[in-house]
Amino acid sequence: MDVSKEQIEYLAALAKLRFSESEITEISAELLEIIEYFDTLKELDTSGLEPLSHVFPLVNIMREDKVERSFDRDLILKNAPNSGTETFVVPKTVE
Amino acid sequence: MNFCDYSALELAKKIKCGEIKVTDVVTHFIQKAEQDDCNAFITINKESALFRAKEVQRGIDEGRYTSPLAGIPIAIKDNICTKDIPTTCASKMLSDFTPVYNATVIDRLENAGLIVLTKLNMDEFAMGSTGETSFFGAVKNPWDKNKVSGGSSSGAAAAVSSGAALIALGSDTGGSIRQPASYCGVTGFKPTYGTVSRFGLIAYASSLDQIGPIAKNADDCAAITNIIRGIDEKDSTSLETDFVSSDLEVQNLRIAVVSEGFQTGVENAVSDSLLSAVDLLRSIGASVEYIDFPSMKYFIPSYYIIASAEASSNLSRYDGVKYGFRSNEYSTLSDMYADSRSKGFGNEVKKRIMLGTFVLSSGYYDAYYKKALQSKSLITKEFDKVFENFDVIICPTVPNTAPKLGESLSDSLSMYLSDIFTVGANLAGLPAISVPCGFDGDDMPIGMQIIGNRLCDSTVLSVASKFQQISDHHKRRAEVGR
Repeated sequence: MDVSKEQIEYLAALAKLRFSESEITEISAELLEIIEYFDTLKELDTSGLEPLSHVFPLVNIMREDKVERSFDRDLILKNAPNSGTETFVVPKTVE
Repeated sequence: MNFCDYSALELAKKIKCGEIKVTDVVTHFIQKAEQDDCNAFITINKESALFRAKEVQRGIDEGRYTSPLAGIPIAIKDNICTKDIPTTCASKMLSDFTPVYNATVIDRLENAGLIVLTKLNMDEFAMGSTGETSFFGAVKNPWDKNKVSGGSSSGAAAAVSSGAALIALGSDTGGSIRQPASYCGVTGFKPTYGTVSRFGLIAYASSLDQIGPIAKNADDCAAITNIIRGIDEKDSTSLETDFVSSDLEVQNLRIAVVSEGFQTGVENAVSDSLLSAVDLLRSIGASVEYIDFPSMKYFIPSYYIIASAEASSNLSRYDGVKYGFRSNEYSTLSDMYADSRSKGFGNEVKKRIMLGTFVLSSGYYDAYYKKALQSKSLITKEFDKVFENFDVIICPTVPNTAPKLGESLSDSLSMYLSDIFTVGANLAGLPAISVPCGFDGDDMPIGMQIIGNRLCDSTVLSVASKFQQISDHHKRRAEVGR
């Protein structure tokens, strides 16, 4: 198991995070130690076991498809870092 | 009258019979919060709480608020949404965020006549076991201000411990209510998964998170749980549950004590206190047997794989678009995401997001994430087997007492390993409580954990309450000025 610089950069791209060179070195070592510890699970015989997501059986909760009141626009925009009067404002993504 | 000398239920009785006024109680705890030197608080909701105190007093006088805790101010961990009160998760990412709605638990508390007074400091996004990952600085332990209060509900435990709050709401994903309760000498309860709605709880790991109370004793914890519990259409993992009590008869109690609680790595003072506590329970008629719990060795890797995976998904919403920190140094949208997230999150949060991304990534998903979920199944079955023959499982809450500030963050793995006794209850969805059961040679509190079967919250609370009737560790208060 190796947590190389390329591996860190790949994971960072997936997670939309950015690290400096020195941060990459540091986090690489930290993640390696933790992931090697995760490898303890290899000792466990889990053959035939279903992965358990929830301890209680989950049933999908359905509701009537009715239009109901949501939040006022100004409340929705209240915490926006940048907004116009009606929308969130973000960098242009399409030419 | 020193309000700190009373439990929440006791004080509420005095309010109900008119001996004291709600405004006086609220004013008192505003002053205590303002004078707090443990850094337990992020926001004090002063004006609004004083206004509400008058409204609640009227409601009590007119018979509209009849809950056993009506009139009591409550402190809320800062990852629970409170309308118009900043909710920061102790992170730069949400340092300017003010929710436009209440979490379901907040509505339930307010409908019962409680007053949301303060927002509590915590580990950033609930990730941490010491209170030191907070953007607003570490929370100090009232018993020794050179030591940590534990985490991630650090402020909640410290505030109740120091008397700066009567009761608090925390959240528990891997021990975040129970562990700081243990380190600070107070009582912290995590209900069965699904008992309390998670709507409005800012998510860390959705299959493990649960909101619960921190208070001076188990009876207060039961009273708070009854107010906040119940099925919620906004949380499809919430359950219909029965009234929760702490006064069930616990005669003929069958206790399983986990032998791993006495092995290397557990401080002597912790094992000794646990033995004394178990002896005390034996003296009131409980039968005690020591059991091995072989799958405990796999608790921590299973927990951290699952929790990191869910965290990496839950925290992907923080992109600087609709709310939260947005960088002002970017050229493209992708840049904006990466820069905002890298500057907005602290190191521990980024580490766990990276771990979570790794265990979910192609090529590693089966070996880690799927394996961890299979391990969770095995662990849950092992708990189920124990509960076929026993009513409760007892073990230390933590292998140690509170470490010094600054000792823990440089070695994440060691910090994670100290969660060994708490994460099991989260993985299996079980109710679990930490109660004070002794002190070490430096007078630092030690906690005993009582774990029950799913939906046996009343059993857990009743054993804790009975223990607190025959012991007095929970009554000791930290000396001022330590």
